Amino acid sequence: MAEISLQGITKEYGDGFQAVTDVSLDIRDGEFVILVGPSGSGKSTVLRMIAGLEDITAGDLYIDGERVNDRAPRDRNLAMVFQNYALYPHLSVFENMAFPLRLSRNRRPDAEIKDAVHRAAELLELQEHLDRKPGNLSGGQRQRVAMGRAIVRDAQAFLFDEPLSNLDAKLRGQMRTEISRLQRRLGTTTVYVTHDQTEAMTLGDRVAVLRRGVLQQVASPRELYEQPVNLFVAGFIGSPPMNLVAARVEGGRLALPFVELAPPEKFADAVAAREGDVLVVGIRPDHLEDAAVLADDQLRRGTTFEVGVDVTEWLGNELYAYVPFEPEASVRRTLEDLDRELDGGALRTQLVAALDAQSRVREGDTARLWFDPARVHVFDPQTGENLTRDDEAAAAFGDEQERLRTESLEREQARAAG
Amino acid sequence: MSHLSTRERVVWILLAVLVALYALFPVAWIVSLSLKAPSDLTNGQFLPTALSWENYELILVGDARGLFLPALRNSVVVSLASTFLAVVLATFAAYAIARLDFPGKRVILTTALGVSIFPVISIVTPLFDLWRIIGLYDTIPGLVIPYLALTLPLSIWVLSAFFRQIPWELEQAAQMDGATSWQAFRKVIVPLAAPGVFTTAIIAFFIAWNDFVFGISLTSTDRARPVPAALAFFTGESQFEEPTGAIAAASVVVTVPVVVLVLIFQRRIVSGLTSGAVKG
Repeated sequence: MAEISLQGITKEYGDGFQAVTDVSLDIRDGEFVILVGPSGSGKSTVLRMIAGLEDITAGDLYIDGERVNDRAPRDRNLAMVFQNYALYPHLSVFENMAFPLRLSRNRRPDAEIKDAVHRAAELLELQEHLDRKPGNLSGGQRQRVAMGRAIVRDAQAFLFDEPLSNLDAKLRGQMRTEISRLQRRLGTTTVYVTHDQTEAMTLGDRVAVLRRGVLQQVASPRELYEQPVNLFVAGFIGSPPMNLVAARVEGGRLALPFVELAPPEKFADAVAAREGDVLVVGIRPDHLEDAAVLADDQLRRGTTFEVGVDVTEWLGNELYAYVPFEPEASVRRTLEDLDRELDGGALRTQLVAALDAQSRVREGDTARLWFDPARVHVFDPQTGENLTRDDEAAAAFGDEQERLRTESLEREQARAAG
Repeated sequence: MSHLSTRERVVWILLAVLVALYALFPVAWIVSLSLKAPSDLTNGQFLPTALSWENYELILVGDARGLFLPALRNSVVVSLASTFLAVVLATFAAYAIARLDFPGKRVILTTALGVSIFPVISIVTPLFDLWRIIGLYDTIPGLVIPYLALTLPLSIWVLSAFFRQIPWELEQAAQMDGATSWQAFRKVIVPLAAPGVFTTAIIAFFIAWNDFVFGISLTSTDRARPVPAALAFFTGESQFEEPTGAIAAASVVVTVPVVVLVLIFQRRIVSGLTSGAVKG
C-alpha cells in the first residue's frame, strides 16, 4: 500500500515525439485512479512509466515519498495486469500465480506459497482450474488468473492496463464489479488505464483525463460529468456525448440555432463580457426532455423549443432523438477537430436527446424539447475553457467523493476483518 | 481432408507412396547392400540371397574397426560440440537481436546470412594453410570452429524468428513480478523458445554430421577424421576389390543416430506452445 506521486512527468521518445508532457498527479493511499483518454493520449505510457517499463525523460516519480525514477520494475514492488494478460503459457494456473512468490526477491517457503495462491484463487473463484494451463482457459478465466498473479503478493500498488478490453460486453460488466469489489476489499492503491467511459466513471475514485499527453482534469466522475474544465473533457466524458452547439452572444443572451436562452445566472457577467462573440454551448443529451411528458411546474423552470426529429432510437429505458442542424461556420473547424480527436467519426452535426422512454416522439415529428438553462455549459471555442465551471460545486463533489471512498474502504476492511 | 472423395483420396495416397518409394529406394538399397555377403554383392538382385552381418562385423569388430570406430567417435564429438556451442551462442545472440535495439543489428543479420550462403569449398584452401600454421590442422577444435561458421548463422536466424514470436509482455510481466532480466530469460523465455532451440540444434547437428569437405580437407589421421571422410579411406580385401559392403554398413550405422534424433525430438518441435499466453 502506498502513495504514488507524479511530479511533472514527461516522456519523449528517441525520435523527438513527446508522448507525455508534464503530468503531475498525486494518488492517495488506497485510492482507485483511472487514466482515461482517446487513443494516443499517452495514458498507457504514463502507466508504464509508473511501472518502470518505460524510462522517464523528465520529472520525478515518488512511491511512498521515495524517488523511484531509476529503479528497475522489480524493485518498485508494483503488480501489473496487462491488456493481453501475459500469462506464462508453459506454467499451470497455480504456477502462474505462484511465479512472483518463487523469485528469490520475495522467496517464501512452499507451504506459504501454496497458502497464498489458494487464498487468491478462492477470492477469484479459480480453485478448480489451478492445474490447468492458460491455453485451456476462457478469456474471462485468463483475465482472473492475471489478476490472481497480481494480488498474490503484497504489492505496493496495482497497475491495470486496459484489462477488460479483450472481453465481451457481458463479461466486461461482471469483471468490472469484480475488480471494484476486490480493490475495496484489499484497499490497495490502484492505477487503471482504460479508454472505456463506463469503466472510467464506475470504477474510479478519481479520473484523470489525458489529451495528447497533457493532463486535462483530475476529478471525481461526477465532477467530470457536471463540471468539466474544458471542451475536451466535456466532449469526452458522457455517452452519448455532450451536444456542442455554436451560440452568438446577443444582448447578454445566447442565441442558438433553434433557441435563445439566458446563461446560467452565476455566469451571466462572464458571458455578457463576450458580447457579439460566438461561443460553444454544451447540453448533455440526458438534460433534454420531451416537453410533452413533463409536469407544468417543471416545464416552467426551463426553456422549451421546437425542432424536427429525423431519426429516433428506442432502447427500452430511454429514447434517443436525433436532430440535424447546420453548424455555425466560425466554430465548425473547432468542433470537427475535437470530434476527430475524440475518435469520433460523426458525418453530420446533430443534436442528440436522450428522452424518457414514455415519449411519443417518432421519426419525422416536430418535437417540443425542454431543458434547464442552469445546467448548460458555455465554452470558449478558441481556448476550449469552460466559462461556466462552478468551482464551489466542483470542490463539493471532490469532498463528497473522498468521504465516500474512505467510508467504503473502512466498511470493506471491517467486513473482511469480521 | 474429410472433404476429399474416395477417389481423390486414393489418388493422393498413390502419389504419396510413389514419392516415399522414390525417396526411400536408395536407403533401402544401401541397407540391402550392407546385408549382402561379398560374394553376393554383384549378383544383380535387389535383395541379398542370404542375410549376412559380415560387413557390420568388419567395421565394428573386424579389420576395418581401426578405421571406422575412431571416425565415429570423432564425428560424434565434433558434431555434438559444434551443435552445443552454436545453440548456446545463437540463443544469446538471437535474443539480443530480437529484443534489443542496438546499432549494427541489421549488419549482423546480413553478415550472418552472407556467411551461411558462402560456398564452403572456397574457404577450405586458406583454412588448410592457416590451420597448419597455427596447429589446428587434424584436431577436433580444427573442425568444430569451421562447423560453427556454418551452423551459427543459420541458428541465429532460426532462433531470432522464434524469439520474435514470443510476446514481449511476457518478459515485462516477469519483471513486474520481481524477476531479474536473467530470471525472466531463464524462467519464461527459454522454456518457451525450447521448440525453437531443439529445431535449431537438430539442423546444426545435421550440418556438422553430414559435412564432407571440411572433414576430408582439414584432417589427415584418425585423430580427428569424421565418418563421411573416413568412408573414402575404406579399402577392400585387395586393391582390386571395392569395399562396397563395408561402406554400405558404415553408412547405415551413421544414419541411425540421425533417424533416432528426429524421432526423439519431433515431439518437441511443435508450434503453438505459446498459445494461451495472450489473448489470441
